[in-house]
Amino acid sequence: MSDIKDKLGMKSKQLGGIAAIGSIKSLTLIIFLVLFLILGKIFVEGIEVINWDFLIDSPRNNMTEGGIGPAIFGTIAVSILMLLFAVPIGVFSAIYLNEYATDNLLTRLIRASVNNLAGTPSIVIGLFGFGFFILVVGKSIDHILQTGLLFGQPAMLWASATLAVLILPTIIVTTLEALNSIPYSQRAAAYGLGATKWQTIKYVVIPQAKPGILTGVILSLSRGTGEIAPILFLGCAFFLPELPIAQINMGLFSIPMINPTDQFMHLAYHIFILATQSTNPALTMPIQYGTTLILIMITLLLNLAAIIYRYKFRKTLEITGKG
Amino acid sequence: MNVKEEEFISQYSAAVSKKKLIKEKLIKYFFMINSLAAIFLILSIFIFLLYESYRAFEQIGIGEFIGKEISTPGGTAKTIYQWYPTSEEPRYSIISLLVGSLLTALPATLISALFGIAVGIYLSEIASSRSREILKPVIEIFAGIPTVVIGFIMLAIGATVFNDLFHPPNRLNAFLASIGLSIICIPIVASLTEEALRSVPNELRMASYSLGANKWQTIKNVILPAAISGLSAAIILGFGRAVGETMIVLMASGNAAELTFNIFRSMRSMTATIAAEMGEVSFESNHYYALFVIGMVLFVSTFILNLIAELILNKMRKKLRS
Amino acid sequence: MKEVKIKINNLSVYFNYIQALNDVSIELYANRVTSIIGPSGCGKTSLLRTINRMNDLMHGFRLTGEVLIDGVNIYEPEIDVVNLRKLVGMIFQKSNLFPKSVYENLAFAPMLHGIKDKKEIEEIVERTAIQAGVWNEIKDRLNENALNFSAGQQQRICIARALTVEPDILLMDEPATALDPVSTARIEELIFELKRKYTIVVVTHNMQQAARISDYTAFFYLGHLVEYDKTTRIFTNPANKQTEDYVTGRFG
Repeated sequence: MSDIKDKLGMKSKQLGGIAAIGSIKSLTLIIFLVLFLILGKIFVEGIEVINWDFLIDSPRNNMTEGGIGPAIFGTIAVSILMLLFAVPIGVFSAIYLNEYATDNLLTRLIRASVNNLAGTPSIVIGLFGFGFFILVVGKSIDHILQTGLLFGQPAMLWASATLAVLILPTIIVTTLEALNSIPYSQRAAAYGLGATKWQTIKYVVIPQAKPGILTGVILSLSRGTGEIAPILFLGCAFFLPELPIAQINMGLFSIPMINPTDQFMHLAYHIFILATQSTNPALTMPIQYGTTLILIMITLLLNLAAIIYRYKFRKTLEITGKG
Repeated sequence: MNVKEEEFISQYSAAVSKKKLIKEKLIKYFFMINSLAAIFLILSIFIFLLYESYRAFEQIGIGEFIGKEISTPGGTAKTIYQWYPTSEEPRYSIISLLVGSLLTALPATLISALFGIAVGIYLSEIASSRSREILKPVIEIFAGIPTVVIGFIMLAIGATVFNDLFHPPNRLNAFLASIGLSIICIPIVASLTEEALRSVPNELRMASYSLGANKWQTIKNVILPAAISGLSAAIILGFGRAVGETMIVLMASGNAAELTFNIFRSMRSMTATIAAEMGEVSFESNHYYALFVIGMVLFVSTFILNLIAELILNKMRKKLRS
Repeated sequence: MKEVKIKINNLSVYFNYIQALNDVSIELYANRVTSIIGPSGCGKTSLLRTINRMNDLMHGFRLTGEVLIDGVNIYEPEIDVVNLRKLVGMIFQKSNLFPKSVYENLAFAPMLHGIKDKKEIEEIVERTAIQAGVWNEIKDRLNENALNFSAGQQQRICIARALTVEPDILLMDEPATALDPVSTARIEELIFELKRKYTIVVVTHNMQQAARISDYTAFFYLGHLVEYDKTTRIFTNPANKQTEDYVTGRFG
């Protein structure tokens, strides 16, 4: 009897395991610490310069003073245009792939293309945007409409279109996931009530998948807002005296509209230029931190919103799945 | 119901369903046309790069993109590997840029493999479900940090810290860039690792524990071997991301177009070269076409990396299903 | 004379707020096969996993009472779980071989527990495979991936693998549910063989199987031990009405 007790009580050698698991934990801890330190530093330094004037003023005195108003405006304008290009095409593609397409050569090609597009380096997409959108599409429009040199040059329109190419795969993949997670029983119920395919999609599938689709849209918006490499040479400007706005004449009134054929300022580009080409780094450093904080807050808040949306989406799915 | 009424109804419903049918078909084709956008884009990117590269090869010559042979005063020929398209005697060696890309991407891949796999193991096997639920979104948020911000941090903080620590010959260098790159690659490797480990069936963990293995023995001998293909795919995708990343390298590497194998020297990657020069190049010059050759090399190499990762993952999924 | 191997006193098991077992006391005998029967959710598997402390891995697990093996309470703090699991082998419902070669599967535990001599490991592999009645089928295919074998073979390799830790006790959680009748018959024969050396506890859904293979049978219902007796008695003349209803198929 005491024999078995000895056998069971003897602690087996586990020191190696404890050390290994300990180092995994510390590596994880290091990463999270480093990332939080970086974010903390940006926050502490950035919050110093952020006030209302900083958010709306133009840069002054060779970028050493003033605010980043035009850059915020430009970033928002480009992002909105980008979504206008990418969301309809992305969502419609996903609807086709998930609701209509059968598994054939064409759909496999489409899926492979989406994967490849997602893996293509952003700078290559920028190269394509420059060569294709500006030099092929833009110049052709100028030629046909006889507009001189209006479309065939770097502008917000082409920057947004290029960013749209960049985020298209994200939108397609997340929308596919959202549609795919709607149980078939929901569609069957609609068919059973005599609904056609389109009616089923329109009244049953899309409303239920909406939060999931929105998650993807927000995520890709965040990605497109922070990505600057592809649009470095597509109309980003270091400094513009005026906002890219055109007055559209409507008889008595004139309405200000974003002018997509203009150049624009952009938060990410602003950071890049200030950090690499500033003649007086000591003076611009606070502005660099401030701009970085604003950009990070925009992208992180968007990400957070997406995560919360997805969480809610999954919760509702669990309920329909059970019911 | 009289005959007339019946006839009316059948006619009516036939008309409706025919109209409906056409509408349904049109809607379907509308969606289909949209979904062709991805194929159209990837094909046009490829054709575009191919066409412009072809022009480059035609006007500059393929050999020039490897290296340039120049005769030294001594009379012996010497090949130099340099990217210097704006000189009197333009040089278009992509070799130096390729080495530059690898010099930043390989260390970044090593670092992010180490940390990323550790984080992945922690999330999948060690963390309680509560801390996993908190940490996973945090990882995702980190993955969403704009790369220009990482580049800025490397310039503003990293450069000074590393300068004081290592006294490198160049303040901005490949090592600094690779640290920056690993910050964006770690979340990628971590979440793919976590996914791969979680796809290992729980029965295998049970079997291992029932044979008296402890947690680490189970991880090391059962779970990691079963997920090995997922892990390699994660590392390959991380590497692809590091090769394709622009802003961090552009900002932190110093951008010297010299061929160097020293990680503490300034260098220049393929991506940074395009970013730095595309804005200043004149349209349809040799230099312009040469940039598309770099784009082509980048496109093809990331394409191949993604393909390999995809094949490995497909194989793993099949294996785990059986 | 039958010897008590496992003695369970007033055992209650909880997962978070759900009680899986309620005040169970039972004695399981050495070199006998004991079947645990009862409808789903009656606590059969919980009981099994209490004996090798696999429940420790489950979220929110808690227990009161004692589990004694050869008179030693295995939930005492100085007990090492690894050593306990070497003493108590387990076979699962679905074969869970590692996606490695047969040899690596069988050598897994010996190597884990510090045997380095290759000869010794080969010996263990052969001996356990013979014991599990699967040696003839695997001896020429030792380096083949274990998942290439048929379901029945895989389950017998699992049994061999469980024997490699040289246990005293074998716990089997519905070891034949996923198998065809021929493979099931082979597993049952094997259980009959193995009881000469081991104490065997089998959870089963299949009443005929319990009747065929076991010496003793315990009937559980809603976490309670309803009746425990010789198998022949449980199936021919049970003392409890619920047991009779269950074994005759009136509910379950």
